[in-house]
Amino acid sequence: MFDLINPSRVFSWIQKLINFINSIFFVVLMIALTFALIISPPDYLQSDSVRIMYVHVPSAWIALASFTAIAFFSVLSFIFKIKNLNLISKSIAPIGLLFTFLAIITGSLWGQPTWGTWWVWDARITSMVVLSFFYIILIVIHKLIEDEDKAYKAASIVAIIGSINIPIIKYSVDWWNTLHQPQSINLLKGTSSIHSSMLLPLMLMLLVLLLYCALIFLMKYKTEIIRIKKKNIKRL
Amino acid sequence: MLTKKVKSRVYLISLILVSISIALFFILRSLNNNILYFKTPSDIKLEKTVNYNKIRIGGMVKKNSLKIDSEEIEFTVTDFKNELIVSYRGTVPNLFSEGKGVVAEGVLSDKNFFIADRILAKHDEEYMPPELKDLLKDNVK
Repeated sequence: MFDLINPSRVFSWIQKLINFINSIFFVVLMIALTFALIISPPDYLQSDSVRIMYVHVPSAWIALASFTAIAFFSVLSFIFKIKNLNLISKSIAPIGLLFTFLAIITGSLWGQPTWGTWWVWDARITSMVVLSFFYIILIVIHKLIEDEDKAYKAASIVAIIGSINIPIIKYSVDWWNTLHQPQSINLLKGTSSIHSSMLLPLMLMLLVLLLYCALIFLMKYKTEIIRIKKKNIKRL
Repeated sequence: MLTKKVKSRVYLISLILVSISIALFFILRSLNNNILYFKTPSDIKLEKTVNYNKIRIGGMVKKNSLKIDSEEIEFTVTDFKNELIVSYRGTVPNLFSEGKGVVAEGVLSDKNFFIADRILAKHDEEYMPPELKDLLKDNVK
């Protein structure tokens, strides 16, 4: 079963996928930006600064989803010692850090005109900062620990511990009083307090950012596989 | 199918996760008061003595309670159970208005009166175009 996700088998698919995403990316980006910046209406209260949300919300989602994926793969790789999952986790980490920073920065830019402050230490924002620390640790581990197996093991454990932070971020706005507003979209109930004319650009931007993630991930993953193959050749 | 080694690793992970979750639960619970970004008027009411330290309070700006004169603005913050009168000198964020969320930083002067030195507007989770808001208003009338 695990043969399907064997690096050498995956390798031939990666370049095709990268080419495919490259070919559609620009078109999707243009469509999404047109909706987000031109077609969608301004908000009744925040007017045009609502457009920051079209980057902020998908970034935050991706930041959380990336860490969830890393934690999930780390559990599997820690238990079953599947090396390929370590490569995948390692390739996701920089993407997660990028989008955590994007979410924090766009949130700060939105907070100034809306709340009247760039920064507050409320539960949601603080837990997002903690998430960025976890990503930084995950990335730094591979730079600092020379022995690869040890580095992967350490990274797995950090990711598993860090996974506890994910529900805290998600529910921080419900458990505690925060300046950050509660979630607008409830997937379980299928309700949304975002008007459909604003939901469409939000979803389009999510698609764009996901494509971008996939692109960066595949490129990073490819280099990781090449690096391992080169190393093995040296050993022979 | 599961070897002994695999099993022991599963136990190890479960043990790590469970113990850290429990530890964190108690830490967060005991820090609850510090994690809360603001107190509601009901929280203030429940406190036995008036706390004169710098705190943040939050809630809705009560409709028709906003009084603005040349130097000072005064409004009532409500959580729909209890109320608190807030006075403030200075500029307010653009989104500050009646019927909207607000967080004020400052000190209590007594149980019902709060002197703010900083006002933040709290945005809710509703996003809609202006035309729709006008329609909703008309319906309410």
